[in-house]
Amino acid sequence: MDNPISHAGDFFGDNSPESTKILGRSLLDRALTALCIALSFLALVPLGSILYLVVKNGWPLLDWSVFTQLPPAAGMTGGGFGNAVVGTLAMVGLALAISAPPAVLAAVYICEYHPKSRLSDAVRFTAKLLTGVPSIICGVFAFAAVVLATGKFSALAGAVALAVLMLPTILLTSEQALLGVQKAYREASYGLGATRFQTIFRVVLPDAMPAIMTGIMLAVARAAGETAPLVFTALFSQFWMGSFMEPTASLSVLIYNFSTMPFEHQVKMAWTASLVLVLLVTATNVTAQLVFSKRHV
Amino acid sequence: MIATIPMTDKAQTAPASAEMDEVFEPQLPGRPDIITVRDFNFFYSKKQALNGITLDIPERQVTAFIGPSGCGKTTLLRNFNRMNELIDGVSHTGDIKLAGRSIWDPSVEVIALRRLVGMVFQKSNPFAKSIYENVVYSLRIAGVRQRAELDETVERSLRGAALWDEVKDRLHESALGLSGGQMQRLCIARAIANRPKVLLMDEPCSALDPIATMRIEELINELKKDFTIVIVTHNMQQATRCSDFCGFFYLGNLVEFDRTQKIFTSPREKRTEDYVTGRFG
Repeated sequence: MDNPISHAGDFFGDNSPESTKILGRSLLDRALTALCIALSFLALVPLGSILYLVVKNGWPLLDWSVFTQLPPAAGMTGGGFGNAVVGTLAMVGLALAISAPPAVLAAVYICEYHPKSRLSDAVRFTAKLLTGVPSIICGVFAFAAVVLATGKFSALAGAVALAVLMLPTILLTSEQALLGVQKAYREASYGLGATRFQTIFRVVLPDAMPAIMTGIMLAVARAAGETAPLVFTALFSQFWMGSFMEPTASLSVLIYNFSTMPFEHQVKMAWTASLVLVLLVTATNVTAQLVFSKRHV
Repeated sequence: MIATIPMTDKAQTAPASAEMDEVFEPQLPGRPDIITVRDFNFFYSKKQALNGITLDIPERQVTAFIGPSGCGKTTLLRNFNRMNELIDGVSHTGDIKLAGRSIWDPSVEVIALRRLVGMVFQKSNPFAKSIYENVVYSLRIAGVRQRAELDETVERSLRGAALWDEVKDRLHESALGLSGGQMQRLCIARAIANRPKVLLMDEPCSALDPIATMRIEELINELKKDFTIVIVTHNMQQATRCSDFCGFFYLGNLVEFDRTQKIFTSPREKRTEDYVTGRFG
């Protein structure tokens, strides 16, 4: 060989047994990378196809009137589901108001005040247990606690069922969010003479807020789509919502009712309601992320 | 109501004669000791981290703590503002006095103590807030609302930390956009906004490049006109450059405490000499 660079082959030991092993490792590395990419796409398939179906089937009936009109009677066409949109927003909103403050404050307690106390262990254990409880059990609880006590099906009962469902999710994600706040921030605050309360409310919570909001949005998204806790608490209604103490329509129960009807128009409307539900959840999610990630400065 | 520690003027009571100076080296005339540590033992759970430390920190001087990692210098520093109490299971015996009063005296509120004894940390830790809000944090938590006072504090503190000219046009931008050296100077500004008496610095330059380090060291020389500074450092040159007094710690013991010049030129202890000349550590 006349080219001096040809010595590089000897230098790197291209034909040694060691070099074969290195080649094998490097090929395996590439194969596993390819596998990961392929599986990521596979995970997208069900998500993508659901979204595609919802948009494809829901789009034709989507116009302003679905938000302003009441559901059509069985077999009739036209109409909308404005009352269900209002009902879902009201019940999820009330559920959030009931569950988020105690959940976040409980997370503050178990993370900032006495992380190793028995009470904290009990709260953590109960919350983890509750995340595994089927949603219909939350409905049964609200039925017993609110419907039987007040003597009627109501939006309040629905909201209580959803709140029970949301509470553990918010609590556990908030705890993780608080644990994620750098120790250095706490030290800086204490070092400047802040009390624990001031440190938590001026430094730790604001810093954890985007992550806490993510947890809250996950809980909201799940609650907004739940049917089981609502069917025997809020029931359904053909009319606009008048108060929290009366049976109330919701998108999820409307989808459940209409999709099982033998009428083509109602089934189409169920698809449209599904699309509206997806859009609502996405919109609140994006808004919350925008608002709370800018909070910092 | 927050109890404050009266800063007794020991200069009036302590005789400043030449004879006393001989006895009470390293005390200087008119420079009374602001922190006195007596037979201080400190424990993390059962592990003893400091053994019978006794030393005096003179007012408005720079005192450096040097020694290998794990020797207890940071532990002692973090006792001066009782930051170690944030850790579970710590205990101590002996006493530390600030201006003549024990920092564990029941009349001393820990939050008042920390306002008098400010701290700058090894890793700069500005809050995820604007530069302005970082500086006025200690005023905000004290309930100060007057705009004029806040503005005045921001300018005074940032000038004091030699940062004003670099950030005056972007006070309301995020502090996280600053460079590493600027962030550390912001933390110094935030600490002096409180008007503390003592400034504790825990390896303030260990994450900075030489130029940023030089600026902090210049700043330390400026700040000692107004504050007593205690600095922990691994950098021997830094200790010689910017400290007046120096304590050498080893395995939880204070081996030697003296004027910096003496520690580095004619230490009494062999171990000190070995360490400062780089023979170990």
